Amino acid sequence: MERTTIDLWFGAFVTAGFVALMVLALKVGNLGAERAAETYKVEARFDNIGGLKVRGPVRSAGVLVGRVSEIHFDNEKYQARVMLALDQRYKWPKDTSASILTSGLLGETYIGLEAGGDDKILANGDRIAITQSAVVLEKLIGQFLFNKAQETPAASTGSAPAASAAPATAGAAAAVVPALAGKK
Amino acid sequence: MLDIRRPIARLGHNVIDGVWRAGTMARFFGLVLASSGTSFSRFRLVMREVYFSGVLSLIIIIVSGLFVGMVLGLQGFQTLQKYGATESIGVLVALSLVRELGPVVAALLFASRAGSAITAEIGLMKTTEQLTAMDMMAVSPMARVIAPRFWAGIISMPVLSLLFSAMGVFGGYLVGVVMIGVDNGAFWSQMQAAVDFQYDVLNGLVKSFVFGIAITVIATFEGYDAPPTAEGVSGATTRTVVTSALTILALDLVLTAFMLRAD
Repeated sequence: MERTTIDLWFGAFVTAGFVALMVLALKVGNLGAERAAETYKVEARFDNIGGLKVRGPVRSAGVLVGRVSEIHFDNEKYQARVMLALDQRYKWPKDTSASILTSGLLGETYIGLEAGGDDKILANGDRIAITQSAVVLEKLIGQFLFNKAQETPAASTGSAPAASAAPATAGAAAAVVPALAGKK
Repeated sequence: MLDIRRPIARLGHNVIDGVWRAGTMARFFGLVLASSGTSFSRFRLVMREVYFSGVLSLIIIIVSGLFVGMVLGLQGFQTLQKYGATESIGVLVALSLVRELGPVVAALLFASRAGSAITAEIGLMKTTEQLTAMDMMAVSPMARVIAPRFWAGIISMPVLSLLFSAMGVFGGYLVGVVMIGVDNGAFWSQMQAAVDFQYDVLNGLVKSFVFGIAITVIATFEGYDAPPTAEGVSGATTRTVVTSALTILALDLVLTAFMLRAD
């Protein structure tokens, strides 16, 4: 069969398309070696999962050890049922605890695993019993404000005897900021 | 009395005409599919059209992809800097390109670069009675002229869109890492963590595939349907670009709404 220049161009064009797809899949996308790992599934229940998403990471000591495979709502216990697909290479004791954490202030939500001391290991379909829910920032601040507002009137009665409720709350809010910064 | 009725009558006429054209276009699409056999038994016909509409569009696609990626990088850096999240620039560039800008901008460029050329070519073939001459020689213009261009568009569009996205990411890399100095490792690793092959890359590919069908059907139909005059061909070429641009954007909205998942 005779060859023409059009054949060459067509071949180069289609090859360029495949190369672009490979680049997008391997270099830009997540179709690397990570997907190939064998996994087993473990269930965990949380009162509040915060911003956790399907395919979110599961980490232990900062290392990626699995991914969130499913998230459901249990209408009998009113809890979130999260299925974790854990890497087959890593074995976990039965009393491992799972907590929902956030990387940085604005970062993604992930599940942190903390190994326990049990001899038996988690198998496919087991449930992680010890869980800790996501920390809801609004609740935390609300609690803090509430506590502060209870303290302040007693402490500041000397300096501002006629203080109404409004300045007291403003004072509490001002106190929150350095206190939160100090905590970090 | 007459003044009020005339615009309404014209509006009604335009609506009826539009519906009529849509119906004819649907029948035309079916006819193209029905006479596609020759395109595969004589694949060289398709390859020739891939060369004219795909390969010759490479330059504009690659250069614009590079520029769009670089602009995204610069603009993204401006905003992300405020939040101290400049490492996420790779995520921003890659996601916006792979999901939206790659397929859509490549399709708009393809419509204006290749779609208009297809319409003008077929329209002129009709004006100079080449299509009629083919029919007289028992060569179906549908199978010989229209169908190969249709399939060439379907092959070219995804390839061009992939190249656009890849070049755009490279442009974002040039601006983000080489020019501004974002950490190379963070740039790629954050991007890889955020871009999902199935959800982002393949969905973008599906979009460009659909756009390819839409553009070539519109371009070939407008050419085939053009009044056989110089004015008619020029009007058809303009209509191709306008109609395909609007169709692409409308289809993009529909496809995006279908593809978005709530998780």
